[in-house]
Amino acid sequence: METLLQQTVNGLVVGSVYALVALGYTMVYGILGLINFAHGDVLMVGALVALEAIRLIQTHAPELGLVPTLLGGLAASVLVCMVLGYTIERTAYRRLRNAPRLAPLITAIGVSFLLQTIAMIIWGRNYHTFPQLVSTTPLEPVAGVFITPVQIAILVVSAALMVALMLLVNKTRLGRAMRATAENHKVASLMGVDTNKIIAATFIIGSALAAVAGVMFSSNYGIAHYAMGFMPGLKAFTAAVLGGIGNLGGAMLGGLVLGLVESIGAGYIEDMSFGFLNSSYQDIFAFMILGIVLIFRPTGLLGERVADRA
Amino acid sequence: MHELALAIPWLGKRNPAAARGVVILLAVAAPLIAMLFGKTWVRILDFAMLYVMLAIGLNLVVGFAGLLDLGYIAFYAVGAYTFAFLASPQFELHLPFWLVLPLGAGCAALAGIVLGLPTLRLRGDYLAIVTLGFGEIVRIFLNNLNQPINITNGPQGINMIDPLVLFGWDVSKPLKIGEEITVNSLFQYYYIFLAFVALSVVLVQRLQVSRVGRAWAAIRDDELAAKAIGINTRNMKLLAFSLGATFGGVSGGLFAAFQGFVSPESFSLMESIAVLTMIVFGGMGNLAGVIVGALALTALPEVLRYVAIPVQQALFDKVILDPEVLRMLLLSLAMIFMMLLRPAGLIPAYSRYSRPELVVGKEGGK
Repeated sequence: METLLQQTVNGLVVGSVYALVALGYTMVYGILGLINFAHGDVLMVGALVALEAIRLIQTHAPELGLVPTLLGGLAASVLVCMVLGYTIERTAYRRLRNAPRLAPLITAIGVSFLLQTIAMIIWGRNYHTFPQLVSTTPLEPVAGVFITPVQIAILVVSAALMVALMLLVNKTRLGRAMRATAENHKVASLMGVDTNKIIAATFIIGSALAAVAGVMFSSNYGIAHYAMGFMPGLKAFTAAVLGGIGNLGGAMLGGLVLGLVESIGAGYIEDMSFGFLNSSYQDIFAFMILGIVLIFRPTGLLGERVADRA
Repeated sequence: MHELALAIPWLGKRNPAAARGVVILLAVAAPLIAMLFGKTWVRILDFAMLYVMLAIGLNLVVGFAGLLDLGYIAFYAVGAYTFAFLASPQFELHLPFWLVLPLGAGCAALAGIVLGLPTLRLRGDYLAIVTLGFGEIVRIFLNNLNQPINITNGPQGINMIDPLVLFGWDVSKPLKIGEEITVNSLFQYYYIFLAFVALSVVLVQRLQVSRVGRAWAAIRDDELAAKAIGINTRNMKLLAFSLGATFGGVSGGLFAAFQGFVSPESFSLMESIAVLTMIVFGGMGNLAGVIVGALALTALPEVLRYVAIPVQQALFDKVILDPEVLRMLLLSLAMIFMMLLRPAGLIPAYSRYSRPELVVGKEGGK
């Protein structure tokens, strides 16, 4: 029972990171119908830039407290990722908006690998220790469950960001324009929406969320690496599909569900398979869920769209 | 071969027969030319042939049938590991090559059907992600199936795989002809691989213009319309997956025999993407383009390795971009710029069936 509770908490924490990344996938997919393959790598860039910024702050202004340092790193990474997201959209995707469907997807894969390569050139192949500015020592256990301050911070920050995004999309002028563009590009532009700007804004917002997710991911695990974006990216995509791609609420739900399934599954996989499989197979859950969802309910948990958009 | 000959600039259109001769001559003489630059280049040529086979197989799936497969390397892995299981000290089995290779190809074809069945309804980007997941699952299993029972030997991989032996002719040993001449094993492997490639080319070429090939083209261009005119899209897609996988399996088996060693590292996502880049770069759906793409993108990183490293050392006194980084950089840039600037690839596919204005004849044209 205690394992179950503990894994539930861990799952919620990981799941909220997935949810943040999934939001980026789902927003872009909702508007462009494109799987932004490079989104996971934006997360990686976010984490590594934050790492670099924190190192800079620590060497040049060591008198700053822990929280300002972390916020400084976060701000730097969000800014860099926003610029990066805009650049990717402008240079790689915009020209292919009306191309056959495989073309932008292939470009997106190319962008993803390009980002990884550039990160490899700048930061090398080694794993970097990410400074754990928020403590990772568990607090007093409540009902036998250990939770660390960094996990609490992740839960709070991602909840706040999700609420903010919902408000942005549902209550503001920009959000209304985004929804209109997602519904129909042409009609939206006839109604006076500058769709190019809206699409760019979508990429920028998504990248900012990915940057925050990257910093949280690295703070939680204490490492940063040039290829760290691949798995969370893929899992976040799974989360987006699970929740119903194109649907913001769905992405959040999907992220949490995926996080829970994964960590509870990893806790019990050894018993379930009679010792044949162990927790190194954890990553398989995401792919299995993805496959099952796409086969039996391609619209996802909350989605209305059809998966068969070719 | 015909398409490859036509692709030669200038000569191809004027004198196809001569162009064909040039292609055959080049293919046969390639290792001799490569030898001038050293033995490594012959080895690279051998690998290039394996990549050509992979590209031909993937092209069947992506270029002909329009199913974007990002986990293609999994079939290569299935072929290679089948070979490794059945012809190495791992299970103390040493079955003959002629039995193991078809078995590997069969296993790969089966894996293709296993992947194809559940994904029949998916198209485009969803299919891409699911196939990617499939590739990763295969790799995760290869990496972890060393306990509780040791099957794949985990990340260390399987060693000492039997070399290629054809009717008592051990390809891995230098061949003596008469007293004077010995043929290095790298050359022997090259010609065997070349034979496999030539066979594949002929097969795929016949396939493309056959009923099956036309059905694939129809599915690629408009699945609903294809269904409406009575094409069994389910069987055709499964056929594309399993046939494509077969090529991967054969190539994997040859790889295992050639290398003598397999490990999960050789079957990463990067390799799937590399093969995809080759066909995107060369020209999706065009056999000649695919072959040229595979050759170019296998050779270019190696050329860069030998050119860029000394240049960097001369300029900065140290190596900033190591060969692996250069390869990734080249592949990713090739992918992006090819899609932006020349989406049909170096040698665009002949789109006779997809664009009515190109059909020459009574009913064609406008």
